[in-house]
Amino acid sequence: MDDKTIQSVVEAVLAKLSEQGKSEEPEKIKRAVESITVDNTDFADIEDIASPEVKHVPLLDNPMDVDGLNRMLSKTPARIGVGRTGARLKTKTQLALRADHAAARDSVFADVDEKLIEEMGLFAVQTKCHDRNEHLTRPDLGRRFDDETAQVIKSKCTANPDVQFIVSDGLSSKAIEANIKNVLPAVMDGVKALGYSVGTPFFVKYGRVGCMDHASELIGAKVTCILIGERPGLGTAESMSAYIVYEAKIGNSESLRTVVSNIHSGGITPVEAGAYLAEVIDLIIKNKASGVKLKK
Amino acid sequence: MGSGILSVGIDIGTSTTQVIFSRIEMENTASFFAVPHISIVDKEVIYKSDIYITPLINSYLIDGDKVRDIVAAEFEKAGFSPEDTQTGAVIITGESARKENSAVVLKKLSSFAGDFVVSTAGPDLESVIAGKGSGAQSYSEDNACVTVNLDIGGGTTNIVVFDCGKVVGKGCLDIGGRLLKLEKDYSVTYVSPTVRKISDKLSLGIEEGRATSEEALNKLCAEMVNLTEQNLGLYETSDLAKSIVTKTSTPLVINKPIRAVCFSGGVADCIYNSDKEPLAFGDIGVHLGKAFRQGRLYSDFKLIKAKETIRATVVGAGTYTTSISGSTIAYSESVLPIKNTPVLKLTFDDQARVFEGDKDYLKEKLNWFMSQSDTNRLVLAMEGDKNPSYLKLRQIAQCIGQALDETLPESEPMIIITECDIAKALGQALKREYADRRNIISIDNISVDDGDFVDLGKPLMDGLVIPVVVKTLIFG
Repeated sequence: MDDKTIQSVVEAVLAKLSEQGKSEEPEKIKRAVESITVDNTDFADIEDIASPEVKHVPLLDNPMDVDGLNRMLSKTPARIGVGRTGARLKTKTQLALRADHAAARDSVFADVDEKLIEEMGLFAVQTKCHDRNEHLTRPDLGRRFDDETAQVIKSKCTANPDVQFIVSDGLSSKAIEANIKNVLPAVMDGVKALGYSVGTPFFVKYGRVGCMDHASELIGAKVTCILIGERPGLGTAESMSAYIVYEAKIGNSESLRTVVSNIHSGGITPVEAGAYLAEVIDLIIKNKASGVKLKK
Repeated sequence: MGSGILSVGIDIGTSTTQVIFSRIEMENTASFFAVPHISIVDKEVIYKSDIYITPLINSYLIDGDKVRDIVAAEFEKAGFSPEDTQTGAVIITGESARKENSAVVLKKLSSFAGDFVVSTAGPDLESVIAGKGSGAQSYSEDNACVTVNLDIGGGTTNIVVFDCGKVVGKGCLDIGGRLLKLEKDYSVTYVSPTVRKISDKLSLGIEEGRATSEEALNKLCAEMVNLTEQNLGLYETSDLAKSIVTKTSTPLVINKPIRAVCFSGGVADCIYNSDKEPLAFGDIGVHLGKAFRQGRLYSDFKLIKAKETIRATVVGAGTYTTSISGSTIAYSESVLPIKNTPVLKLTFDDQARVFEGDKDYLKEKLNWFMSQSDTNRLVLAMEGDKNPSYLKLRQIAQCIGQALDETLPESEPMIIITECDIAKALGQALKREYADRRNIISIDNISVDDGDFVDLGKPLMDGLVIPVVVKTLIFG
């Protein structure tokens, strides 16, 4: 074949292809897409391997006492009764572990939804950390605000309140998203009903527990309470803690913090935690002490 | 960080009267970093009285004054005064409970014993109490199996079935060691209706005033055991077996195969031991014990040795009737203790309507309940919501608060019991609205039913918890 013949063949093929591209291909693609959307309905049947319901089904083959095993499973979120394949975990267990790990990582790296912060009527500030990576690698920067931010806090917050509330992402943004709506109003109403003045609550991005000390100094609060996301584990990524300090100052000992941990739907429920925190704060103000100093 | 309360149990049975004292130890089992969680960690019987024959005025009436003297003497012997006891229970059990003067006897005891909780048990609750006191419940829980406890006393046999420690069946039969009384020469002095029925059926010719024989007694007791076994589903149930079910008890239903059997009550000693003289007690207790030992209940299942036999009920009453509320609750201390308060329990549907804010519906229920039970004071009980939003909780509090405030007479407290852990939040929300004119008690982790009565004691463990006694029946 000479060049000319080859040339003409190529042209003919290209012409044919482009013609097809115009007419048949979109149809094919459309059909293919439709067939995918049809498949989508089947995804609804795929079980969520990370859900408690699925995890509470024992994978162990031929358990000696099924009732007994189910009873044990109902009492713990731990991965028991999972069985094994040879020396290894079963595929389902392995996948559930990876899913839980992924959820934990997501919770650390995600940001708290700004809409939620707005909805809660909080203004937002950031610690000295510039990004998530710095927040994770430099805890010291997560405990302090730069001068500009310090001024913002000073200007926006009511000075010298009895109780100052701070909300912070900490190590789990999901924890804040899951709980704050039900804890913060509950504890604020509770504290107000006891007759205490409540300062202007605000949100701290890239925060560590210690940022409450800096904030307390800036505002001059009698008691500071920070609601902060706990480092997620493989059990839940939604656990939140409250740390409360009487007259918090930079450099005060960690032992002066009163902590209430494990606030989530599977631990102490958010509204009950809010009610409990109000009484703890009352106790701290009356005793003028927090942390180990409060413990008789 | 533990703390204990002293509990007294008084059991006035058909044949015997006993008193015990026990110490109930509580502890905060939560870590320093968590919300407190108070649990009962230990229960120890520290004093057991002698076993007295229940003093009677005649064959129907309990002698309240003599019972009071016995109790007073036992308090003294144990070295306690009535003020030392924070909780406890008096139960009038067996046939005695049907006797008309129970209320009078209780009154005599309660005025004497001061502040402690006074309660009486119906045959069902009695069965449960005996099963706890005998150790059958803890066996069932520890070994995760179905365990039956038969508390065979003078007048009745109280039966309870536990599955993994939970009550799954209870009942009571008119079978007991003192249903027939006789002299050493076999002349019969008392025949109960049950014995009469069996004697008629088997033509044993047992009658008051006439002498009977060893053979007749053995036949009688073998039939009593057989009827008991019929009621436990070991044989088909005959009409006669059905007729000996105690009138005020619920029918016994057992859905799961029984694995273990435990005997308590006075007759149990004659089951576990075969060395008793046949007519040692002037009744058929020894014969009945022997008959049970020869029956299938004794041999077909795992037999558990009861921790307490004749004292099972009194130990159960003194040790297991008190439970404690959840550790995050809200209350006005000045109104405690509160006794004998009837419970209005919202059904699942009722609760849904109330949580939707249907205040008028709740008011109607409250008014109806108060007129029905002729009371000014009630406990509003419900399951509650496991994890409500704060908004929802405020709505619930508003609906319940308004309905209670508008129906309860002035100065009556609002008392709310939920199963789910929401009491502190609910109580705080109510206090914010009504603290100026109402006392408020809101506790959780307590399961009660419609028609129950509740005693609430003074707060314990630095005010973190309230002791609660739930009872099913009250005399008078």
